[in-house]
Amino acid sequence: MHGLAETASGAVGYVFPNDLHVHWSLMIVLYPYITGIVAGAFIVSSLYHVFHVKALRPIARFSLLFALAFLACATLPLLNHLGHPERALNMMLTPSPSSAMAGFGYIYSAYAVVLLLEILFIYRPTLVRLAQTSTGWRRSLYGVLSLGSDNLSDEALALDRKIIAFLAGIGIPMACVLHGYVGFIFGGVKANPLWATPLMPVIFLLSACVSGIAGIILAYMVIKRGEVDMTCIRTCLKYLWGFFILDFVFEMLEVFSHAYMATHHWETLHTLLWGPLFNSYWVGQVLIFSVVPFFLLGVLSLVRLDDGMVRFLAPLVSLMILIQVLLMRWNVVIGGQLMSKSERGAVFFHPEWFEKEGIVPAIVIMVLPLVILYVLGKIFPFWLPAEEKRG
Amino acid sequence: MDARLRREIEEEIRRDRRAFIKKVLGGALAGSLLLVIPAGALEVPEQLPGLRGQKGDFITGHKYAFVVDITRCIGCGSCCVADKNEYQVPDGYYRTWVERYIIDDLDNVYVDSPNGGLDGYQKPRTDIKGKVRDTFFVPKLCNMCEHPSCVQVCPVGATFQTRDGFVLIDYKRCVGCAYCIQACPYSVRFLNPKTKTADKCTWCYHRVRRGLLPACVNVCPVQARKFGDLADKNSEVYKLLHEPHVISVLKPDMGNKPSLHYLGLRREVV
Repeated sequence: MHGLAETASGAVGYVFPNDLHVHWSLMIVLYPYITGIVAGAFIVSSLYHVFHVKALRPIARFSLLFALAFLACATLPLLNHLGHPERALNMMLTPSPSSAMAGFGYIYSAYAVVLLLEILFIYRPTLVRLAQTSTGWRRSLYGVLSLGSDNLSDEALALDRKIIAFLAGIGIPMACVLHGYVGFIFGGVKANPLWATPLMPVIFLLSACVSGIAGIILAYMVIKRGEVDMTCIRTCLKYLWGFFILDFVFEMLEVFSHAYMATHHWETLHTLLWGPLFNSYWVGQVLIFSVVPFFLLGVLSLVRLDDGMVRFLAPLVSLMILIQVLLMRWNVVIGGQLMSKSERGAVFFHPEWFEKEGIVPAIVIMVLPLVILYVLGKIFPFWLPAEEKRG
Repeated sequence: MDARLRREIEEEIRRDRRAFIKKVLGGALAGSLLLVIPAGALEVPEQLPGLRGQKGDFITGHKYAFVVDITRCIGCGSCCVADKNEYQVPDGYYRTWVERYIIDDLDNVYVDSPNGGLDGYQKPRTDIKGKVRDTFFVPKLCNMCEHPSCVQVCPVGATFQTRDGFVLIDYKRCVGCAYCIQACPYSVRFLNPKTKTADKCTWCYHRVRRGLLPACVNVCPVQARKFGDLADKNSEVYKLLHEPHVISVLKPDMGNKPSLHYLGLRREVV
């Protein structure tokens, strides 16, 4: 009915009259979720390109395209959320320098340029070869994508490698800034005791790495099915476990610090975490989708399980981690708004299916990157042919 | 004879009727003209002195403050009705509202604001556990902070602070991202479903510029809402803020420095 803010389904205690509306709903849950996947997928690629983790070679190129597919959709939930999407570019044309939000357009665009350039340089030898072997419009397309150069001499490739190392190098801090910054958009809101913590960018960044790695493992195993490189999968799982330990510990530390300091904010947070957020936070995010994957990943990393078992558990645990991060985004974004600033009450919220920012549009926005990934796969071969020397 | 007399009488009646219609028409025309041409006698008297002659973008030489006297408010809701009428505020959204506080001798605090207090408080609460120790009404509106969080976070500068201290919204620039709503510690903002932009109380800036009091202040029957010029040492708000009174602001630890002050504010009020 309202079209912009969705109305809470119920309330406990005293809630300020305007706090009965949840202004940031599913779309703003998806926004950090998608940008997190982008940042995380890029980190996977950088582990190979910058830190030379050789075992990740089979997915080093794929993870960049995976990041690009999600990056292409990162602004969609925002545009769908805005009351006046036609004015969206004003954020870049006439930004207010004091706003924590105004920088997103610039950071996002700069990151997109770096990611695109890195993909084009990494794929250049492949694209040149494809341009030579294809005909018609595909030939012209590959001609354009190979940046107009078909020079594959050793000197040219050495220069490419230098450019790639540089792009991947600056790409890491940029990916970190991209998602740390998204955390700061929430962490900088002093009026909201759940959001206002300097830990927020850290938690966002770590959960981004986790969701990116999990997304890559899942996508790689679903697309390649029986032909996956098991060393690559096992290495990914170790990184996933490492990042997840940090992520989960920080998430718990944040709540523990609040509880231990027990300022007047804790009373509000307590009402929230044991009230409207109990199921999605304690049962969902913490118990089922954090504790279980935490132990599963520990076993996968420490015990030498046979390939069949890993093939079964790896996608399962990745899916669980992806759900954990989605729940974490939900609990932060929605949870933060369920506490009224009256400090005396909270609201309950359930998204509608067919609202402008409801569940159906959310599903469409989450399926779209997969469609884009499919199309990208038709242009850029995801996987390295066995004989190709570099990726 | 009979026929002549009748003719004369009929002539007389016809003349009277014509004259009557002429007079009615004339009166109606003159009356309509009075409505169309603004007559000096219809001008609303100036409530805030020294503003009607001002030109330029901002008010100069005045510093306005709002004081709410909690000890006076009777919770009638007239201010809320006046505000809703002034701005056609959509149902379920509030530029101003009135809260009812009840504190019992067990120190339980009961707060409610059904429909933002628009309908007044006509029925007592029946769920109070102890004996009522204290009860009062708290009208809420924009705090017009000196350091407004909403202005800080607005990504396009649509929410801005005028040089004369008012925090306003440029509805033609607002993108409707709702960041300001998240940032406001007082929850006075909302996304207006009609304009699809942020919206909030402006202390009736458009009325103030014309030398008129804010609509809510104008209708308050007990002068619980006070608006005035701090540059005028004879104004009521100046005296309230410069003489010893129990006076405070909401959530002072937020650091926003509100220009909205509360007389008789209890510590229970958030």
